[in-house]
Amino acid sequence: MAVFPLRLVPPNTKINFIGRRKLAFVFSAILIALSLGFFAVKGLNYGIDFKGGILMEVRTPGAADIDNLRSRLSGLGLGEVAMQEFGQPTDVLIRIERQPGGEKAQMAAVEIVKGSLGKDVASYRRTEFVGPKVGGELIQAGILAVILSLLVIMIYVWFRFEWQFSIGAIVALIHDVIATIGVFSLLGLEFNLATVAAILTIAGYSINDTVVVFDRIRENLRKFKTMPIDDLLNHSVNQTLSRTLLTSVTTLLALLAIFVFGGAVIKDFGFALIWGVLVGTYSSVFVASPVVMSLNIRGNISSGSVGGESGQESPAE
Amino acid sequence: MAAPNLISKQKLAAFPNWVPKSQLNLGLDLRGGSHLLLEVDLKAAQKERIANLVQAIRAQLRSERIGYSRIGALRDQALVVIRDPDKKARKGRDGQTNIDRASRLLRRLEPGSTEVDINGARITVGYTIEKRRADNIQVIQQSIEIVRRRVDELGTTEPSIQTQGADRILVQVPGLDDPERLKKLLGQTAKMTFHLLDERYNVGVNLPKVAPPGSFFAKHRPDKRQKRQGRKSGVTNVLKKRIVVSGENLVDSQPSFQDGQPVVSFRFDTIGARKFGKVTQENVGKPFAIVLDKEVISAPVIQGPILGGSGIITGGFTVQETKDLALLLRAGALPAPMTILEERTVGPDLGADSIAAGEIACIIGFILVLIFMLMAYGTFGVFANIALLLNMVLILGGLSLLQATLTLPGIAGIVLTIGMAVDANVLIFERIREEVATGRSPLSAVDAGYQRAFTTIIDANLTTLFAAIILFEFGSGPVKGFAVTLSIGLLTSMFTAIMVTRLMVVTYLGRRRLQTLPI
Repeated sequence: MAVFPLRLVPPNTKINFIGRRKLAFVFSAILIALSLGFFAVKGLNYGIDFKGGILMEVRTPGAADIDNLRSRLSGLGLGEVAMQEFGQPTDVLIRIERQPGGEKAQMAAVEIVKGSLGKDVASYRRTEFVGPKVGGELIQAGILAVILSLLVIMIYVWFRFEWQFSIGAIVALIHDVIATIGVFSLLGLEFNLATVAAILTIAGYSINDTVVVFDRIRENLRKFKTMPIDDLLNHSVNQTLSRTLLTSVTTLLALLAIFVFGGAVIKDFGFALIWGVLVGTYSSVFVASPVVMSLNIRGNISSGSVGGESGQESPAE
Repeated sequence: MAAPNLISKQKLAAFPNWVPKSQLNLGLDLRGGSHLLLEVDLKAAQKERIANLVQAIRAQLRSERIGYSRIGALRDQALVVIRDPDKKARKGRDGQTNIDRASRLLRRLEPGSTEVDINGARITVGYTIEKRRADNIQVIQQSIEIVRRRVDELGTTEPSIQTQGADRILVQVPGLDDPERLKKLLGQTAKMTFHLLDERYNVGVNLPKVAPPGSFFAKHRPDKRQKRQGRKSGVTNVLKKRIVVSGENLVDSQPSFQDGQPVVSFRFDTIGARKFGKVTQENVGKPFAIVLDKEVISAPVIQGPILGGSGIITGGFTVQETKDLALLLRAGALPAPMTILEERTVGPDLGADSIAAGEIACIIGFILVLIFMLMAYGTFGVFANIALLLNMVLILGGLSLLQATLTLPGIAGIVLTIGMAVDANVLIFERIREEVATGRSPLSAVDAGYQRAFTTIIDANLTTLFAAIILFEFGSGPVKGFAVTLSIGLLTSMFTAIMVTRLMVVTYLGRRRLQTLPI
């Protein structure tokens, strides 16, 4: 069976990650600045989950005549009506802005639209409306969830490692979250509840990656007490590099399957996760560890336990 | 795709035919159906209780002949201003002042649940916090009951109706043909009352500017001609406030026909029949009005006494309207108005498409990861792949066990887990490779690999699990399903990667006695 052991990273790889941290810092700074810039200028394309409104996915008897459908609905005085082909030529996604006048108005509008489309539509695959009240609550819950999960992760890492690691982890996570929001803003993808779920998952994945590297740094700090800190961090990142890449590849393969074959409804969700895995992998190597380095980690650890097996091993394997 | 023979017999017995996916609890986004979030207007219910309280106070004061200069609802209390508060009553009434008599009377009205406050000639009566709370709970429970009856009348299978928060009801109805009808039925209070008309005024002709005491205005529902003209209401009637009979006394109601016209027939219980009989007997030749949710739906003239307790409602209905009205009357009125805050309806065809797409994504993702692991680790990759297969079985089993709902994002969660589940094995195998590189013997390298990777795996997976749990707490509907599969997947993958592969690796090494590890 063992005919083709595929090694993404050759053994004894020594890439000087920490030495390139200035370059990485510039790259990250540009990424974050662009993300925030897009968010500030272009904003996010909020879905009905957050801003309220109506969403319908309809299937037409033949290939959809979007212009015809649009002219039908634009005459109804329902405000902004957006349409797009969804998944296949017969399916159309209709978005109608939130109707003024509370919950009842949304419901009435749904009825008017259905009445007006009549025989142009073979089936209503999806009908959703969210009133203003629920939308506001969902925004709150979403923001709270992201902040809370970042906090919990930070506390856990603090508890299991040292505060420097916890800062490094949280900086990397915030980096990932902002970069994800940025790409959603740039591409104008719909930002909805599923996106928040994706962001939380990205945070979960990214911290998973980061913790693996941290774990190795902690181990090496005990093992090689005299090694210069940048060498030690480099050594740790290189040691875990093969795993970092392998896991990223398997996860990306699975996500690619969702993105390509999972259907139109979760395509954007899959995209967010793919992006998140890429950014999360990058940030574990190039953001989290450099931050830890800049925070004088050694002072804390050296007073800790003495590794039992430290004597036998040499830094250069 | 999850091979059932991989589970133990015990488990197989626990989930008899779970290979067909129907065993799993599918979410509405996969099986199709409507998700409606309703809000019960508790304030309106409270307002109505205060209005009833005002009525009761008025009746009491009148019967005791205590004069008042003002009576009505003020915010959430009833307010009455007693006339001549310090004037003593005439003989035979214990020589008490009016205010004393009034306050004693009002204190006895609903003892224990009201707070009576006296300030000069002003008396306010309000309900205590406990009473209000209990009333609110009762209103919600009654609303749920009525909603359940209405949904059941539609003949759908397994609707789920539950409270959410203090004043909300979440209705989930799978496989519905006509969600608009359900929404219409749930959006109506369906409070039906019978009133006599105020005979001093002719319908729509000499209307007074304000409703005279004891009467109120009610608009007639538009007839067919008015509807065609786009009018939302018909003529205005002046009705007596006194309710002759109400929908509460109905025992049955059915759609039927009279002279070829669709009508709704109804039957009163004995109390209702007696009341209705008495009023119709005394008012032959006069019109009365049937009012539904403040709208007059029909105002026929009483042709003769109706003593049998049954009758019909005509009103230019369509057949569908008579069906809906009969259904609403049978199910009963909501104790308070309800608003639909949120709707999410998925048609059955989209649900089926999503399942198909999800399955394909699952299988392809799975195969890709299997191939990749085989390429990366050879024999050890086979072990990891067996563990991954077992992991899938455990996730599906765990979902059934927890009665969790599988949603479309949930399927995405499973696919994501496939990718992430091998992580634990990757960690272990990479560690073994490192240990081998330091010159350890195969067995001790494997041992060290598992041991050292263990804490890393725990730390890494726990942090991800935290994010998943928070997602579960804050997410709603389908997103929750994603959090569930992700969490289960993390837990099972730790088990399969650590325990199961170790067993396989150790057994394998024991058999082969290898000098070098094929890793």
